[in-house]
Amino acid sequence: MLNRKVLSALGGILAALPALAYESSYNMTTGVTDISRQVHGLHMMTFWVCVAIAVAVFGVMIYSIMTFRKSKGAVADQTLLHSTKVEVIWTVIPVLILIGVAVPTAKTMVRMDDTRNADLSIKITGYQWKWQYEYMGTGVSFYSTLAPSSNEARQLHSGIDPKSVKDYLLEVDHPVVVPVDAKVRLLLTGNDVIHSWWVPDFAVKKDAIPGFINEAWFKAEKIGHYTGQCTELCGRDHGFMPIAVDVVSKEDYAKWLAAQQEAAKAAAPAATTAANSAASASATL
Amino acid sequence: MAHADTHDHHDHDHKPTGIGRWLFATNHKDIGTMYLLFALMMFFLGGAMALGIRLELFKPGMQWFDPAFYNSLVTNHALIMIFGAVMPAWVGLANWMIPLQVGAPDMALPRMNNYSFWILPFAFTLLLSSFFTAGGGPAGGWTLYPPLSLQAGDSFPLTIFAIHMMGISSIMGAINVIVTIMNMRAPGMTLLKLPLFCWTWLITAYLLIAVMPVLAGAVTMLLTDHYFGTSFFNPAGGGDPVMFQHIFWFFGHPEVYILILPAFGIVSEIIPAFSRKPLFGYDAMVYASASIAFLSFIVWAHHMFTVGMPLAGQMFFMMSTMLIAIPTGVKVFNWTATMWKGSITFEPPMLFALAFLFLFTIGGFSGLMLAIAPADFQYQDTYFVVAHFHYVLVPGAVFAIMAGVYYWLPKWTGHMYSMSLAKWHFWLSTVSVNVLFFPQHFLGLAGMPRRIPDYSTQFTDWNMVSSVGGFVFGFSQLLFVVVVWQCARGGAKATDKVWDGQMTGLEWTVASPAPYHSFTDAPDLTGVADTHH
Repeated sequence: MLNRKVLSALGGILAALPALAYESSYNMTTGVTDISRQVHGLHMMTFWVCVAIAVAVFGVMIYSIMTFRKSKGAVADQTLLHSTKVEVIWTVIPVLILIGVAVPTAKTMVRMDDTRNADLSIKITGYQWKWQYEYMGTGVSFYSTLAPSSNEARQLHSGIDPKSVKDYLLEVDHPVVVPVDAKVRLLLTGNDVIHSWWVPDFAVKKDAIPGFINEAWFKAEKIGHYTGQCTELCGRDHGFMPIAVDVVSKEDYAKWLAAQQEAAKAAAPAATTAANSAASASATL
Repeated sequence: MAHADTHDHHDHDHKPTGIGRWLFATNHKDIGTMYLLFALMMFFLGGAMALGIRLELFKPGMQWFDPAFYNSLVTNHALIMIFGAVMPAWVGLANWMIPLQVGAPDMALPRMNNYSFWILPFAFTLLLSSFFTAGGGPAGGWTLYPPLSLQAGDSFPLTIFAIHMMGISSIMGAINVIVTIMNMRAPGMTLLKLPLFCWTWLITAYLLIAVMPVLAGAVTMLLTDHYFGTSFFNPAGGGDPVMFQHIFWFFGHPEVYILILPAFGIVSEIIPAFSRKPLFGYDAMVYASASIAFLSFIVWAHHMFTVGMPLAGQMFFMMSTMLIAIPTGVKVFNWTATMWKGSITFEPPMLFALAFLFLFTIGGFSGLMLAIAPADFQYQDTYFVVAHFHYVLVPGAVFAIMAGVYYWLPKWTGHMYSMSLAKWHFWLSTVSVNVLFFPQHFLGLAGMPRRIPDYSTQFTDWNMVSSVGGFVFGFSQLLFVVVVWQCARGGAKATDKVWDGQMTGLEWTVASPAPYHSFTDAPDLTGVADTHH
């Protein structure tokens, strides 16, 4: 009776384990792209392979520790020095497991590497400590920095409880906006030091390196607000240059882009005038 | 020789006195002791920095430090623990044990041994003094990636020269180990009779000689980029910041095996001793260590999956990294098979070796996961990586050092130490090290980047747990100091054999404490049955 209770409790815990593992504060997100789901799948596959090996190896270890104790009168078997058969087995089996893991992994890698046929391209430049986004061929460009509310709260001895701040350290002033179900190609570079652009929900992490243009891509399948952070130590405020991406419907994206272009145009004449007056000023000099 | 022998017999155990004994030390035991004490001091200094980090991360918001100072804590914690604590501890153990294990009177090059130790205090004085320069200590991470590391203030040249000196010290220590093992083994001690601690140290020494100059080259290029207008790593001058990472990790990956291979050796001695059974698969252990060392040279770019390598490069480094699981697996299986049908007891050295066995293996599993390049895009530079390398370095390398000290301490001092206190140290350390590092896997997977002084509020709970574990772990180490201090001062007399186990090394044939000059007459092992085969 008691045994059955214990067993059912154990069963319950075991059944709950996968659910626990999928809880986002414990585990990798499944994300909102096909690639991120594949990556999550590879992660879980490797994890369970490790768990299986751990159960076997730790099982033997624990059994040995429990059984072959001197205090229980165990006498050591001095003849057990090596066994070619066993050694071949425990070399070959890991090789087979590794091949089994490597094949699906290689497939995903090939897909991740394919940046062709993108619907739009965004150039991302890392600065100390903000991101610049340029929508290639549209004239839209802006900087994205830590939201003022977070920035205020994160100062030393600010006295502001971070829990009272919405999306503390993950909110920005200008989020990136992209259309849903569109293949977005990212071109990444750094202006000063190396940064790294990471949005876990897209399974995209790529370094933004001065003098290099790196490529990455994602195709978000769900409308929503996604966040990430810089993941390469880039100096004092490395922890304070988050990334926020709004995935919106294609119509909303078109509207947003038009509004941005309008704003850019409105700003442009002013800039041109300023440049002209500067030029004429230097001419008169 | 005959004359020298007679002379030595007259001077038996005549120790130099006063400060000169330590300043001008040429005795392997004295130098070994200094290395170990230095490593212990650095362990506490680096540990204090780690507690500073855990203090700031206890809850979200900036409570204690400026972010720049936090970055310099992170940077110096790593440099001190790697170059100041773990590596000198290994050299200290090598100094004490290699002559005793191969049946030699001392290390082959005693004066170089002295230099290689005495460089270290100066190196670390330079590094630590950088905290008081304009701009504070180095804060670009121990990996020193340019262009960020080039933004450092006056700490920069101090850090570079400190690293040069640490490298010179390591190379000299490595030369000494190789020359001693190659030339000073007792007659009849063939290479395949060598104790595994000597074997793994021999391989480690070759790794050190191979890669320390590479690090020296990398940091010298940083220095000339900073002060002499070169552009090795400056794209504006035609240089390549990614090239630094390739060079650095060509050093850096063998370096991680430099930190762990001697641990494999120690565990390979302790587990058979307290299982009362010879090591299972001695030859396989030697070959596995050598394979790991070889593979360590062709996996470096797995630290760099996100820099934008070509697909073929990613594939190569992923596959070669996965291969490391095979010789490492062989080692874990051999240790397990050594316990199988053994007669096991649980003295403090065995307890630490067993904790190593379980917890290092956990670090191995996360290492395998990190090798999977697409998943690594999610893990890279998050707390998952922090958890991984702390599992292999703390309950891995550091626990093996503790195991070694607890194993040989009675041989060094001639006294037994307090077993109950040592067991308290073990249980507190083992429980708290898991409370400290296991939740960091969750933090990394949930999306917390590493090297950040403040975090988004969803990471609060696990950070609190981790910090609590950190403080318990840190303060538990004071028990270790108490045990060692008491044992140095006195205690029950240790027998020559010290343990009721099955030890085969020559160190157990000399008196406890081991005489000041180890083997003035080389023991002859010719014809002695090979216990490993």
